[in-house]
Amino acid sequence: MTPKTKLACRNVWKLYGAASDRILQGNPNPSAQDLRAEGIVGAVRDVSIDVNEGEIFSIMGLSGSGKSTLVRCLSRLIEPTAGEVLFDGVDLLGASEAEMIEIRRHKLGMVFQNFALLPHLTVLQNAMFPLTVQGWSKSKAEEKAREVVELVGLKGREDYYPRELSGGQQQRVGIARSLVAEPDLWFLDEPFSALDPLIRREMQDEFLSLQGRLHKTIVFITHDFDEAVRLADRIAIMKDGEVIQVATPEELVMNPATEYVEEFTRHIPRSKVLTAGRLMTKGGAGAGAPVQQSDRISDVAERIITAQDPVPVAGPGGKIVGSIDRHAIAHVLFGRGAGE
Amino acid sequence: MTASFSRRTYIAWALVLATILLGQFGRDLADALGMRWLIKFPSAWVIPFKTSISLAMKWLVEEAAIGGVSFTDVTRAVAWLIEQPYQFVLSLLAEGFVAGAGKEAQTVLPAASWIAVIAAVVALGHYCRDWALAALVGACFAYLAVFGQWSSAMVTLASVLIAVPIGAGGGLLFGIWAYRHPRGERMLMPVLDLMQTIPIFAYLVPILFMFGFGPVSALVATIIYATPPMVRITILALKSVDPELVDFGRMAGTTRRQLMWRVLVPSASHSLMVGVNQVIMLTLNMVIIASMIGAGGLGFDVLAALRRLDIGAGFEAGIAIVVLAIAVDRLSQAFAERMGQVHSHAKRGGWLERHKRTVLVVALLVATWILGRFLPALQEYPEGATLTTGAFWSDVVKYLNVNYFDVFEAVKVFFLNNFLVPIKKTLLGIPWPWAIAMLVLLGARAGGWRLALLCGVLSGLIAVSGLWAKAMVTVYLCGASVILATLIGVPLGVLAALNWRAGTVIGVFIDTLQTLPSFVYLIPVVMLFRVGDFTAVVAIVLYALAPAVRYAAHGIRNVSADLIEAGTVSGCTPRQLLRLVRLPLALPEIMLGINQTIMLALSMLVITALVGTRDLGQEVYIALTKADTGRGLVAGLAIAFIAIIADRLVNAGARGARLRYGLGA
Ligand SMILES: Nc1ncnc2c1ncn2[C@@H]1O[C@H](COP(=O)(O)OP(=O)(O)OP(=O)(O)O)[C@@H](O)[C@H]1O
Ligand SMILES: [Mg+2]
Repeated sequence: MTPKTKLACRNVWKLYGAASDRILQGNPNPSAQDLRAEGIVGAVRDVSIDVNEGEIFSIMGLSGSGKSTLVRCLSRLIEPTAGEVLFDGVDLLGASEAEMIEIRRHKLGMVFQNFALLPHLTVLQNAMFPLTVQGWSKSKAEEKAREVVELVGLKGREDYYPRELSGGQQQRVGIARSLVAEPDLWFLDEPFSALDPLIRREMQDEFLSLQGRLHKTIVFITHDFDEAVRLADRIAIMKDGEVIQVATPEELVMNPATEYVEEFTRHIPRSKVLTAGRLMTKGGAGAGAPVQQSDRISDVAERIITAQDPVPVAGPGGKIVGSIDRHAIAHVLFGRGAGE
Repeated sequence: MTASFSRRTYIAWALVLATILLGQFGRDLADALGMRWLIKFPSAWVIPFKTSISLAMKWLVEEAAIGGVSFTDVTRAVAWLIEQPYQFVLSLLAEGFVAGAGKEAQTVLPAASWIAVIAAVVALGHYCRDWALAALVGACFAYLAVFGQWSSAMVTLASVLIAVPIGAGGGLLFGIWAYRHPRGERMLMPVLDLMQTIPIFAYLVPILFMFGFGPVSALVATIIYATPPMVRITILALKSVDPELVDFGRMAGTTRRQLMWRVLVPSASHSLMVGVNQVIMLTLNMVIIASMIGAGGLGFDVLAALRRLDIGAGFEAGIAIVVLAIAVDRLSQAFAERMGQVHSHAKRGGWLERHKRTVLVVALLVATWILGRFLPALQEYPEGATLTTGAFWSDVVKYLNVNYFDVFEAVKVFFLNNFLVPIKKTLLGIPWPWAIAMLVLLGARAGGWRLALLCGVLSGLIAVSGLWAKAMVTVYLCGASVILATLIGVPLGVLAALNWRAGTVIGVFIDTLQTLPSFVYLIPVVMLFRVGDFTAVVAIVLYALAPAVRYAAHGIRNVSADLIEAGTVSGCTPRQLLRLVRLPLALPEIMLGINQTIMLALSMLVITALVGTRDLGQEVYIALTKADTGRGLVAGLAIAFIAIIADRLVNAGARGARLRYGLGA
């Protein structure tokens, strides 16, 4: 069963600088040096990725690595210098202005790092905004907006203005607003970076539970590897405009493509990344209630360690596929692979 | 490096010395050489710009037409468009609604009663902020009634109420257009620059020519004067909207229009209101000047009084303008704040509950209209109850002049003999070719060959227009005022920055100076020193002082705390700290302040022509009274050229200083 590709981009480039249009014509694949020699900033360089339907796809990289630029190319807020962006198989870059407006109105949603709430509108009016520009009647838009405001836990604050809310609450409004038009594809550009660590954690949990109900296709940008590991099904790591590796968190930790990636993963406790399926002994039987193959070790470690016998591991269908014992867990938690 | 640097300094000083010596003895030298043309620009070389411009104007007004629509039709249409709302507001506030014309004219409905108007501003004050503001604006308007300035003030208010929406709305639309079309912006910017440096007087003449003498001309002039800053602020405000908000708007699927009016403009509303406030202040600034081409009201009263040298009446009307300006300014600021502010949570309650102020005011208006028929005092403030201070002010001036005449005279003569006259003589004595050469050199030193070219061309144009001598008088008046303003303003600014308490006092003082319309400065100064250059200089200094203080204070405050600490640690006394660290680092900022001071001084210069200076301002003023378009425009452009040269040179200098101290360009 191969998952359906929702959004794909092929060889996308975004160059800034005087001669940025011309350089690709002469040389379709200029190196970083070539660009620098021409005085061009390569914000996004030759990026090709596929985002599957229903997954959380995270784009991770340090500040200035081109994450925002890439996601704006994907949503065509920025016109890429070269490349293709396919949304449901249709080339977005070929869409006319009017078509783009239609696609954005009905199929795309976006959450911003600094919330981007309209200061002169209340919570409810902010949440309604995407519907009002579509020309919905006020009463219907309001009804719909109340639903999403309640969904993000802001019931009772509909008439507050953004300035009267805390950062976390403001971002909830941003999330509610991006969901009100029921988009298929949901972009989040460092949605929690501007929040305190504690609030950030809480918002991440709520985000996961929200996704558990909505099953959107999500492109999630972050510069925090911890966050990417916690939330993402797959992660693309960017550096200087290039995507270095696209993989699941587990693979990134186990098989980093470059030293740069390894550097990132070094500080991540292995138990938070590895799954039971990876550590189990295949075919072994165990005793007691099984753990799931996809469970992260950190979530099931206590149970396995306190159990006398190996614990069975269940596959996706509930069938027992192997077992896992306390030694394997102890090795991950305390051994060389525990991370620093 | 040091050697060449010191040689350069040496040459620079030698040139300065040569210029001063030439100023002193140039006239004699030219006479001795038999080359008077060095001092006095030969009239045979003058290019008659003014005649050509006048002819072009005449053609424009009398013959120009595109496809059957003549230029006059266009101006008439514009006039009609402005006149309709103006007439309505004027009727409502000042003249009453009249049916029929000439002798059969009958007042259908009198103007709104003073009680209703005061109630309206009080309600507005309360709506915008609180009871304190309501009391302030109420008191201001009550003052106008009690001191017998009501009807004039209402005429002025009517023109403000028309000029401000047109100026602000037009400025907004222009700004939006420029924001959307970067190429348009690049074209618009130099035009705005020029409009803001040409003195208003210069375009009064063509407007007079096109629209005739009357309130519409005055409104057109006011709108042209007040709009450019709004355009600038709009562009700036739209550009500084958070780019994330723009991204959001586009992601929500807004059309271009929706993006502008639902996202950009509301998010920028706070800055935009600052622009509106500017428009209001500039409109009030124009009140007196506009009365020269037909605006009635308080401005006319001041102007008439100035012409009669009726100090008391002029002062009263002048104060009334200030009072009106304060009320309108505070109201608009509070309104701006309210627009950008979070309101209290959705007010519940019925329509009546939410609109109780409006209802009250309308009820009062109707009630006073009805009851006013029986009790005129409700309609118009009873004349018997007005107070007048005119006689008092006249007496004060008389008293001062009788008892302290010698003192004032001594001050004046001292300044004239020791400061003003020497500067004037020197400037007038410098041969014009030498002056132009020096400007070019200065331009080249400060900003490269482009600036040198600009300085050369502009000053050359002034020379060939035959206005060199008058331009030098302008430079002298402006220069002397700027020197004085700097000598007073920069120390005040430094004091304000270093001492918190002094800072507060100086802040209030400067704020007050800035709210006053420019003409008001003239009145007391004329009262004490009578007409002449000295009076003009004092008025200009008062008017142009504010930026010198502001920028100096700002510059000193912004010197980084690290550097101050570094200085303190290395054992500087506070005095050394000021001299060695703070002042040098604040220098670029101080220079920008002086630049602003020069600009304000130049714009005030024309107004001081009223008190008998003999410079370009006078030239413009004469052109205005004779409705001589060419003469007015040429003189106005000459002032603008001086302003541009000064502006570019000072800015280049400030940039140089900033680079030298590594503060970034
Ligand atoms: N309009 C622009 N003109 C020139 N260079 C730009 C422009 N926008 C972005 N860049 C450059 O492109 C690079 C990538 O920027 P981008 O904003 O995408 O980074 P980012 O990964 O989102 O960083 P952050 O975590 O700080 O948001 C940066 O080096 C930036 O300087
Ligand atoms: Mg970013």
